Amino acid sequence: MSRRKTERLLSLVVCLLSARKYLTAAQIRDAVPGYPESFDAFKRMFERDKDELRELGIPLETGMNPGGEEEPGYRIPRQAYELPDIRLEPDEAAVLGLAARVWRRAELAGAADGALLKLRAAGIDAEDMTQPGIEPRLQTGEAAFGPLWEAVRDGRPVTFGYLAPGRSTQQQRRLEPWGVVNRRGHWYVVGQDTDRREQRIFRLSRVAGPVAFTGPPGSVTVPPGTDVRGAVRDWDTGSPPPRNCLLRIRAGAGYGLRRHAVSVRPDGEPGWDLVEVPFSEPGWWSEHIASFGADVVVLEPTDLRDAVIGRLKGVLA
Amino acid sequence: VTADAAADRAAVSDRPTATDRLQRLLALVPYVVSRNAVGMAETAAAFGITERELVDDLNMLWCVELRSPDPYCPIDLSYEGGEIVVSEAEAMDRPLRLGVDEACALLVALRMLADLPAIGDGSALSRTIAKLEAAAGSAGNPSAQVAVQVDDVTGESVTAHVTDALGRGRRLHIAYYVPGRDEATERDVDPMRLLVVEGRSYLEGWCRRAGAVRLFRLDRILSIDVLDVGAEVPAGAEHKDVDSGLFRPSPQDVLVTFELAAAGRWVAEYYPCEQIEELPDGRLRVLLRTPDPQLVRRLALRLGEDGCLVAPAELVSQVAADAAAALAQYE
Repeated sequence: MSRRKTERLLSLVVCLLSARKYLTAAQIRDAVPGYPESFDAFKRMFERDKDELRELGIPLETGMNPGGEEEPGYRIPRQAYELPDIRLEPDEAAVLGLAARVWRRAELAGAADGALLKLRAAGIDAEDMTQPGIEPRLQTGEAAFGPLWEAVRDGRPVTFGYLAPGRSTQQQRRLEPWGVVNRRGHWYVVGQDTDRREQRIFRLSRVAGPVAFTGPPGSVTVPPGTDVRGAVRDWDTGSPPPRNCLLRIRAGAGYGLRRHAVSVRPDGEPGWDLVEVPFSEPGWWSEHIASFGADVVVLEPTDLRDAVIGRLKGVLA
Repeated sequence: VTADAAADRAAVSDRPTATDRLQRLLALVPYVVSRNAVGMAETAAAFGITERELVDDLNMLWCVELRSPDPYCPIDLSYEGGEIVVSEAEAMDRPLRLGVDEACALLVALRMLADLPAIGDGSALSRTIAKLEAAAGSAGNPSAQVAVQVDDVTGESVTAHVTDALGRGRRLHIAYYVPGRDEATERDVDPMRLLVVEGRSYLEGWCRRAGAVRLFRLDRILSIDVLDVGAEVPAGAEHKDVDSGLFRPSPQDVLVTFELAAAGRWVAEYYPCEQIEELPDGRLRVLLRTPDPQLVRRLALRLGEDGCLVAPAELVSQVAADAAAALAQYE
C-alpha cells in the first residue's frame, strides 16, 4: 500500500515538474499511473496527494493556461521548487556538518537531517570533521517547545497554563509569541501578553499542560525592530550596580568566593583571611554565602550581613 | 559518517512513511547528478540506508512512467559495477528547496556555534551562514525569532588549551573547583570531547585520579596545562550519554526529602527529582537523590526558610548544627 503510494506521488511530482503548462485534473489522471478509474474516487485521492506534497514544501501551483481550457490546472514551477545553487568550501561544509548535529535527538533533529539531505543532494559533502571531539548540543526537554516554536514560526496566538515562580497555583496566560530564546540551557518564549498588554517572558518548563492555538497562522504581527536576542540580554542589565563586600573566610575554604575576589589578605586571627568580593544582588549573594556555613562571615555591608543572618535563622525556624 | 550518526538516523527512520521515502527519492537523483557518478556503498551511507534499500529506490526511480500524452520514462539510470550514473532526469536534477523548519534548524545551530569560543574559525561560520541564508530565502526568516545564548564566562585560554589538547591528543593537568565540597582539586585528564550542553561548556575526559570518565565544567577550571604526554583513554571508556540529562542519579545515592515554600520551588526545576508532591498547605515536597550529602547541606543552608530538609534524620541534624555554628560567628 505504502509502496504504491510512494510510486504514485513520485510520478505525480515528476509529471507536474516537467509540465510546461498547467495540467487539468483529467490530464493528470491520464498521465499518472495508480489512480482509481472512478473520477470521484480519483478526485478524493488527488486532493489528499496535493495536501501531502504541500506539507513537504513542494510548491504546487494552481492556474489557468492563457487562452486555454476553462478548467484550472496544476503544475510545479521549477524555479519555486529548486534549491538555489549553493557551494561550500571544505571548512564551510565542516561547520555545516557540526551544526546539523546540534539538534541531535531534540525537537528539530529531523528537520536538520532533512536539510542536510537536501544539501548533500546539491553536491555538498558535509561529513568531514575538522575539529575533533567538539559536540555542541541544543536540547528541548520541555514539552511546550514544539507547539510554541510552531506558534512563533506561523505567527499564531496561544494560551497555556503557567506556574509562575513563587506561586503554587497555575494561571491561564494568553500570548502573542514573538520568539523563543534559550538561555543557559532553558527555553523561554517572548511576546505580548494579551491580558496584561505588555511584553512578557515565560519559561517553558513552567508551562503546565497543553499549549492551544487561539488564532489562525499569520495573525500575530511582531513589532518592527523587535530584537529577541536583545530581550534576553537586557535581563542582566536590570540588576543593581555591583558593590564590594568584605568577608572573613577560613583558610583553605570558600574557593567559590575567592575565585572572584579583588583582594585577599590575612586576618589578625590566624587561620582566617579577609577577602573583598564584588556582588550586585544581595538576595542571591546572601544565599550563596549562607551555603558556605561557618567557613564564611560577612563583615560589610550591613544589609548583606543581616540577609545572611536571616537566611541562617530561617534554617533553624 | 560516524557510527553514532548512522544509528541516530536509523532510529529516526524507524517507520518510514510514503512521504519520508518520497523525500529521499527526490534527493537521490540530484545527489548522483551533482557528483556525475557515485559508488553504491557511499550513497547508501550518505542516506543512512542499506544497499538493498538503495537498489530498491533506484529501481523505483527507473520505473517511473508517465502514460499521457505519449507514454515515456522520464528517468534513466544505471548502477552496474557498483557505480550509479543518471543519464536522464528531466526536471529532477536539483533538490527541493529547504523547508522553514529545515532552514531554521541549521541557521539557529550555526549562529549558536558562532557564539562559542571553542569553534576557532569564526570566518567559516559567517560565510556558511551567509550562503545558507541566500539559498534558503524566506524559509530562513523565522530563524531570526530564535536566539540561543551560551555561557560567555569561560576564559578563552581554557577553551584554547582544551581544543589544543584534543587536536593533538595530549594529556591535560587541571586545577578544578568542586563546589559541593568547596575544594580546588588537582588532576590529570585525558581529553575525550568538548561538549556544549544546556548552555555550558564541559570537558569530557578520562580522569586519572578517579579512574573514570568525568565531565568538567570549563568555567570551574581554575588553571590548565597541556602536558607533553600523549593522552591514553582506555579502550573501554564510554562517552557520557548527555542527551538524557547531564547528571543522572544512581540508585546508590542518598535519598533526601525537602519541603519547599513558593520561593524554593526552583529546586524542583533545577535538580532531577524522583518524586514531586503538592502539599495541602501550598508547599511542595520533593524527593531527590544525591551522590554527595555535602551538597545537600549547602543547599539546605542556601534555602533558609524557603525550603526545609525533612529526611534523612542525620542530615537534618547536621544542617541544624551547620546553621548554629555559622550563626555563632555573628555573636
